[in-house]
Amino acid sequence: MAQLSDNEVRHIAKLARINLREEQVSKFGKELTSILAYIDQLQEVDTKGVEPTEQVTGLHNAFREDEVKDGGATREELLACSPLPIVENQIQTPSAHGS
Amino acid sequence: MDMNTMTIAKAHTALKAKEISATELVQSCIDRIENVDGVLNAVIHKSFDSALEQAKNIDQGGEFNSPLTGIPYLTKDNYNEKGVPTTACSNVLRDKVYIPPFSSTTNERLSAAGAISIGKSNTDEFTMGGSTETSCYGVTKNPWDTTRVAGGSSGGSAAGVAADECLFALGTDTGGSIRQPAAFCNCTGLRPTYGRTSRYGVMSMASSLDTIGPLCKSVEDLAIVMETISGHDPMDGTTSKNDVPQYSKALTGDIKGMKIGLPKEYFIDGMDAEVEQSVRDAVKVLEEQGAIVKEISLPHTKYATPCYYVLCPCEVSSNMARYDGIRFGHTVNGAKDLVDYYHQVRTDGFGDEVKRRIMIGTYALSAGYFDAYYRQAQKVRTLIKKDFDDAFANVDIIISPVTPGPAFTIGAYEGDPVAMYLEDIFLDSQVMAGIPALSVPCGCTKDNLPLGLQMMGPQWGEEAILRAGDAYEKATEWSGRKASL
Repeated sequence: MAQLSDNEVRHIAKLARINLREEQVSKFGKELTSILAYIDQLQEVDTKGVEPTEQVTGLHNAFREDEVKDGGATREELLACSPLPIVENQIQTPSAHGS
Repeated sequence: MDMNTMTIAKAHTALKAKEISATELVQSCIDRIENVDGVLNAVIHKSFDSALEQAKNIDQGGEFNSPLTGIPYLTKDNYNEKGVPTTACSNVLRDKVYIPPFSSTTNERLSAAGAISIGKSNTDEFTMGGSTETSCYGVTKNPWDTTRVAGGSSGGSAAGVAADECLFALGTDTGGSIRQPAAFCNCTGLRPTYGRTSRYGVMSMASSLDTIGPLCKSVEDLAIVMETISGHDPMDGTTSKNDVPQYSKALTGDIKGMKIGLPKEYFIDGMDAEVEQSVRDAVKVLEEQGAIVKEISLPHTKYATPCYYVLCPCEVSSNMARYDGIRFGHTVNGAKDLVDYYHQVRTDGFGDEVKRRIMIGTYALSAGYFDAYYRQAQKVRTLIKKDFDDAFANVDIIISPVTPGPAFTIGAYEGDPVAMYLEDIFLDSQVMAGIPALSVPCGCTKDNLPLGLQMMGPQWGEEAILRAGDAYEKATEWSGRKASL
């Protein structure tokens, strides 16, 4: 596994919605490269014909009734958790299209 | 004997006999926190007033029907408790402190039994770490040596139990976060079978791997807490409807004829000699009690930790998406649009380890890499699970060290995340297989640092490891040792 390039690190950070300062690009680049080199040893395992394991509970389709429940919290309590302005019981976010 | 040093079992007997009151018991823990937590930093939010009020009500009622009635405990800061500041020790929830309007199922079940949450305990940020060094509140110190970490991520819970700030504590174990700090601090800890305890109301890190479990002062206490917190929860679709055994009844002290496997892959070249000796000594103790110990092989052991550090970050990158500064948490002013807002909130709010895991997960799940990383790790997970299925066809439980060495010094792995990940090497296989494993004190180094013995059972096999752990604990002196603070 080669060293991640600065541009690759910037691209990953952008996908992850994280801003990196210039000096962080090389710091994270080195750290991420060392982690990728470590997890790369999984490539040496012969997994031909092996089924992937998503979960281990043995449960399938845990259905429940389609009922509306408030989870014990009111609308006001839930809205009070938001750091943004509340307008007519809705959270006002910055514009999705820019100002 | 100071009340706060009691086990749950002992305190329950004393409460029932009216030798002590719940108020006195809670107050003894509060006093202890006030005396020692300035040094330890295990407790990051104190709920003392509400705890004393609950204790008063319990004393007035005078009924101690559950073994947990009136018992004070600490709650790891990633569990939501209604009305109690809850941050998972992250700035993304600390700056505009998150006060959840609901409680986790586990806290609800404990409350219903009369147990009293007295505060929130320190953890690595969103449980990502093995030392509490990634907590936005700073590191928890080890009660045995305050230049060392208490372990993590449930380091506040382990230090709190070991230092008698509470009678027990709640932890979470995704990749060893209950067992490792328990070993570092000389308490007991249980990672249950995945699906045995409800994850509802606990902030998710890696949803297919996260488990909810206790840290206690004895194996018997683990059994007592597990009886109350286990079982199906309609709010967590991954919990099992299997009956919850009366775990306390499993503690017969009789392990004659129990078949115990010792996996050769856990005794690696260059491992700490004192760790190896402590486990070899434990084997002798178990054999003297009539257990049959034999060497076994779990061939894919070495791949468990790399497997974990693919699957966990992938799930992290998805789970952390909810901390977007909209419904709760940190906010910023002056973002030019919504995407910029997300960037700024996450950049400010998350620490470096969280960012590393989000980025590794984002990379591993991105187009062109999915099969090589995520899919391959899921296949290796199958092989690790099969190792255990094969082994448990021949043995009842498996034992190993918990950690490669004793608690490390604060800052030892700064700037080297992979070296920190290697602290997990004995703790990730069980996670991949979804099996239960406990940590019980089994010795100390020449520097008086605690060491832990790990006991693993088959899926839903908590009773066997609790029985063996209890029998081992009662045959040795390790569990009762206390750090001088």
